Amino acid sequence: MDTIKTFIRKSRIKSPWLLHFDCGSCNGCDIEVLACLTPVYDIERFGIINVGNPKHADLLLVTGTVNHRNKKVLGNLAEQMPEPKIVVALGSCGLSGGVFREAYNVIGGVDKIIPVDVYVPGCPPKPEAIIDGVVTGLAKFAQKKGDTS
Amino acid sequence: MKEEVISVTPDTLGNKIAEMKKNGYRFVTMSCVELDSDTVDILYHFDKNLELAHFRLTIPKNEAAPSISPVYFAAFLVENEIQDQFGIRFDGLAIDYNRTLYLEEEVQRAPYCRITVSNVEGSEGD
Amino acid sequence: MARTIIPFGPQHPVFPEPLHLKLVLEDEIVKEAVPALGYVHRGLEMLADIRDYHQMIQICERVCGICSTIHAQCYCQGIEELMGIEVPARAKFLRVIWAEIHRVQSHLLWLGLFADAFGFESLFMQCWKIRERVMDINEATGGNRVNVSVNIIGGVKRDLAPDMTRWILSELDLVEQEVKRLEKVLLHDYTVKKRTVGKGVLTKDQALELGAVGPTLRGSGVAQDIRQLGYAAYGDLSYTPVVAKDGDAYSRNRVRFLETYQAIALVREAISKLPPGEISVKVKGKPEGEIVSRVEQPRGELMYYIKGNGKKNLDRLRIRTPTFANIPPLLSMLPGIELADVPVIVLSIDPCISCTER
Repeated sequence: MDTIKTFIRKSRIKSPWLLHFDCGSCNGCDIEVLACLTPVYDIERFGIINVGNPKHADLLLVTGTVNHRNKKVLGNLAEQMPEPKIVVALGSCGLSGGVFREAYNVIGGVDKIIPVDVYVPGCPPKPEAIIDGVVTGLAKFAQKKGDTS
Repeated sequence: MKEEVISVTPDTLGNKIAEMKKNGYRFVTMSCVELDSDTVDILYHFDKNLELAHFRLTIPKNEAAPSISPVYFAAFLVENEIQDQFGIRFDGLAIDYNRTLYLEEEVQRAPYCRITVSNVEGSEGD
Repeated sequence: MARTIIPFGPQHPVFPEPLHLKLVLEDEIVKEAVPALGYVHRGLEMLADIRDYHQMIQICERVCGICSTIHAQCYCQGIEELMGIEVPARAKFLRVIWAEIHRVQSHLLWLGLFADAFGFESLFMQCWKIRERVMDINEATGGNRVNVSVNIIGGVKRDLAPDMTRWILSELDLVEQEVKRLEKVLLHDYTVKKRTVGKGVLTKDQALELGAVGPTLRGSGVAQDIRQLGYAAYGDLSYTPVVAKDGDAYSRNRVRFLETYQAIALVREAISKLPPGEISVKVKGKPEGEIVSRVEQPRGELMYYIKGNGKKNLDRLRIRTPTFANIPPLLSMLPGIELADVPVIVLSIDPCISCTER
């Protein structure tokens, strides 16, 4: 069994599946995430595929500020993802609330609700920075010991 | 404003809106502005062939305003928004979210009012 | 058959954004749709209390990342009118150039997402590949790919040098050629037509009654566009709105596709007529009074209501975005269509939820 576990752990880093959730962003970061998937930047060359189901995902990309309504959705999504998982917070809003930090319906950054592994700053971060953030996240996979069965 | 703003009262509003509908005006939106601790302005904006028309309704905060969504269905969203943000009630809404369009149920104050009247009965109020 | 309620969203692979619809179905047919909003609500109109009226430009740009320049333009035009500021002619033309480049970018983005909604993934990739050229223009001229922050009260803060405008023109020529190659697919392909023609029909009367704006309104045969008012430099440019008659998803697709050509033509004309001179004027005083400012966004009419009271903070800023106006028409398009067509119909209004909820 140990050989299978090692095999899964190794291959996950070669092909992590990605889930994107817009948590109240202005769309700027979201379209940059989508731009990463398209021919010019093509994140698929790292084996990364965008999926819609949290149960299939290894990486969670979160953009935007957290508010009182979507914090439940965000918590839910993170909970449904299997271990080990990496959470990447994108953009100034995802990091701290950005320009909206003082608005009445904003709680703050993503890390107020779920633990974040990689922070990517920028308003919005460039696709290169997003790819860099995701690849940094992959290195963390190697350190995380999760249930690999 | 460049265009003339016609003042209306809750009683004359219904007729005016029906008239606009008959004349083929497109409903643009409504804006709610807090005037002081007791009263708000509700502005109704209409458009026909790129010309704007405005109405102004001044009402106390604790009084329900008549809803125009039975006439202009499109108004239901913005009326729900004003219910959320200013705590003003609209009578006869086509779809009533009961102050949960944007906000969670536990929110008890109207965030867009500088001085808010709490809508929990029996509490201290303003 | 009993009625079933299917929740659609908030996290759905078709949308980049969290929109939630409660769909009441009978068999596969949608009977009723009720929207649930609030997943992106930030309450940024309220920030006018803390930020002064110059700082609000940056907030307005972040109402929506896809049409940020146009939001700032609408806000600045409102404040300028309130304070009686006459903007230099060159600034007006520059505003048009940036706004139309943004329109090209936004329409290409939408064409891609629309293709993705009916499962035509290679078309999605093609549209986004072309769009990258426009993003490069944004980055070269404004310093940021998405939030092109060029508008200030009293004009613009960046100028376009002659070699830059020449480069923009040559890039746009390439964009136009590449978009032309998509025309055969997006407008005449059998599969595209099969999924869009006759789906989600909005008649002319319904569109006017429910307050539709932008391509949704023009796709139903109403030639109405705020650019006809001639704000900024549009009065000096030749412009007629693009209209399609049928009011279905295909017509709205057609309007947006042809508007892409038109926007490129407008940039060319604006660059050829670009007058010399200053790009901004000094601003003195504080805004006082109330004003309604309107511009045409890629998605339709954008309206700002601004009330100032002679202080540095505005009394009230209210933003009515085009998607907010297009949701009631969407609710009337959905009943009677199959569940599998819901993503296509929802995307046909070009929803921008972060705009809607602010």
